[in-house]
Amino acid sequence: MTPAWISIKITAVSTVIIFFLGLAAAWFMANYKGKWKGLADGILTLPLVLPPTVAGFCILVLIGVHGPVGIFLDLFDIRIIFSWYAAVIAAVVVAFPLMYKTSRGAFEQIDPNIINAARTLGASEWKVFWRVCVPLAWPGIAAATALSFARSLGEFGATLMVAGNIPGKTQTIPIAIYFATQGGNMKAAAVWVAIIFAISLTVMVLMNGWNERQSAAGGPAGRKGAA
Amino acid sequence: MKRKLLTVFLLLMMALSMFSMAACSQSEPAAEPAAEETAEPVALTVSAAASLTDALTEIQTMYKEAAPEVTITYNFGSSGALQQQISEGAEVDVFIAAAAKQINTLKDEGRLVDESIVDLLGNRLVLVVPADSTAAVSKFEDAASADIAHLALGEPTSVPAGKYAEEVFTSLNMLDTIKAKAVYAKDVKEVLTWVESGNADAGVVYLTDAINSDKVKVAAEATEESHSPIVYPAAVINTTASPDAAQAFIDYLGSDDAKAVFEKYGFTIL
Repeated sequence: MTPAWISIKITAVSTVIIFFLGLAAAWFMANYKGKWKGLADGILTLPLVLPPTVAGFCILVLIGVHGPVGIFLDLFDIRIIFSWYAAVIAAVVVAFPLMYKTSRGAFEQIDPNIINAARTLGASEWKVFWRVCVPLAWPGIAAATALSFARSLGEFGATLMVAGNIPGKTQTIPIAIYFATQGGNMKAAAVWVAIIFAISLTVMVLMNGWNERQSAAGGPAGRKGAA
Repeated sequence: MKRKLLTVFLLLMMALSMFSMAACSQSEPAAEPAAEETAEPVALTVSAAASLTDALTEIQTMYKEAAPEVTITYNFGSSGALQQQISEGAEVDVFIAAAAKQINTLKDEGRLVDESIVDLLGNRLVLVVPADSTAAVSKFEDAASADIAHLALGEPTSVPAGKYAEEVFTSLNMLDTIKAKAVYAKDVKEVLTWVESGNADAGVVYLTDAINSDKVKVAAEATEESHSPIVYPAAVINTTASPDAAQAFIDYLGSDDAKAVFEKYGFTIL
C-alpha cells in the first residue's frame, strides 16, 4: 500500500471519528453552564496549542507495551503501537480541537429563540440537536470538518512517534517525504509533496464549493432570527 | 480607561521581553574570558553519527583541557541526515559518518578537504532484544521467529546501521521476511530506544550502542563477512572558517587519549 493510500485511509477514519466526537463535545460545551466551563474548554483545546511531540509523547506512554492501555490491550493480544490504529489516534488527538472549537462557535451563533421555539413545539433534545441546530450551524461544521481533515492529513510528529515508519502499513505521505529527503531522494520527496498539495487543495475547494451551494440553495433560514 | 491599561500592560511586556533577551545575550561573552590562553577563541561545529554520542561527549570534555580556546558544538544524527544538511549548505566544520557512502557523496560534490579524510574507527553489528525478553533469539536468523512482532531497523537509505542490517539479512536470504515486520527509525539511537522500551521486540544496532545500555541484551553478533566493513571516516568541510582547528580536532581523535575512550565504549581502532 503506497503512502497515498495509507494517508487517505488514516485521514478518512480519523475525520469520521473527529466529526462525531467533536460535535458531541461542542454541543455539550455550548450548553454547559457549570463553573468548570473554562477549564474544560482549555483542556479540550490543549492539543492545538501544544507541540505535536507532546501529544506523541503522551500517546506513546499510554499505548506503549508498558503503558496502561498497552498492558490492557495485551490481554487480548492486541498491540496498537506501531500500527495504523496508533496513527489514527495521533491524528484524532491533534485535530480534535479544531473540530470542537469551530463547531462550538457555530452552535453558539444560533439564535436561542429558534431553539426554544423548537422546544415549545415539542421537539426532544435529540431532535433539537440533530434537526435544528446542526443544519443551522452547518457552514461552521463543514469548515471545521475540512480543517480537521487537512490537519489529520498533515500530521507528522506524533504519528512518527507512535506509529513509526513502516512502509506499506504506517508510512504516511508526510513521513515518506521526511525519509525521502533524509535519504537524498529529492525527486521522490517532491512527487509526494505535489500529491499531498493536490489532495489537500482539492478537498478544501470542494468543501468550500459545497458549502456555498448549501447556503445559496436557501439553506438554513433564521440565522439572524427572522421567522 | 481599560484600553489604556491594556496598552500600557502590552508595552510593559514587550519592554520586559526585549530586556531579558538582551540580558541573555550579554551573559554569553561573560563565560568566555575563563580561557587564559592568548589564542583566539574558536568555535567548531562537528556533525557526527548518532552512535558516537557517548564517546564524543566524553572526548569533548577532554579536548577542553587539551585546547581550551576551542568550543565544540556537536550535531548528532543519522549520517544520511547530516550529509544532507551539509549538501544543503549547513555551516559545519567536521563531519564524522558511520559509513563511507555519505563521505564519498560529499567528496564527489567537492565539499570536503580531500586530504583530511581519514578512517577512524570500526564497529560490529548486533541483534538486540529488551533486557527482560524471554524470546528465543540467539542468531540473526531468529529474527524471523513469530516471537518478534516488530523488528526495529535504521532506515536503510539514510542510516548506515540500517544499510548494514539489510546487507546481513540479504546474505541470509531473509530480507523479505523481515521487511514484513520492520519498523524504520531515523537513526540508530532511536532503534535502541524502541528496543529498550519494549515497543520493538528486537532491533539491529551497533555493538557500542548495545553494551553501553543496560536495558537491552545482545542476542547475536553479525559475522564480518555478512556486511560491508563498518567504517567511521572523518573529514573537514572545505567551507570551514577554521580549517586548522578542524584538522587539529580530527588529529586529536587519533591520539592515544581519544583512542582509549573509543575503545572503552567498544569501538575498534583502525
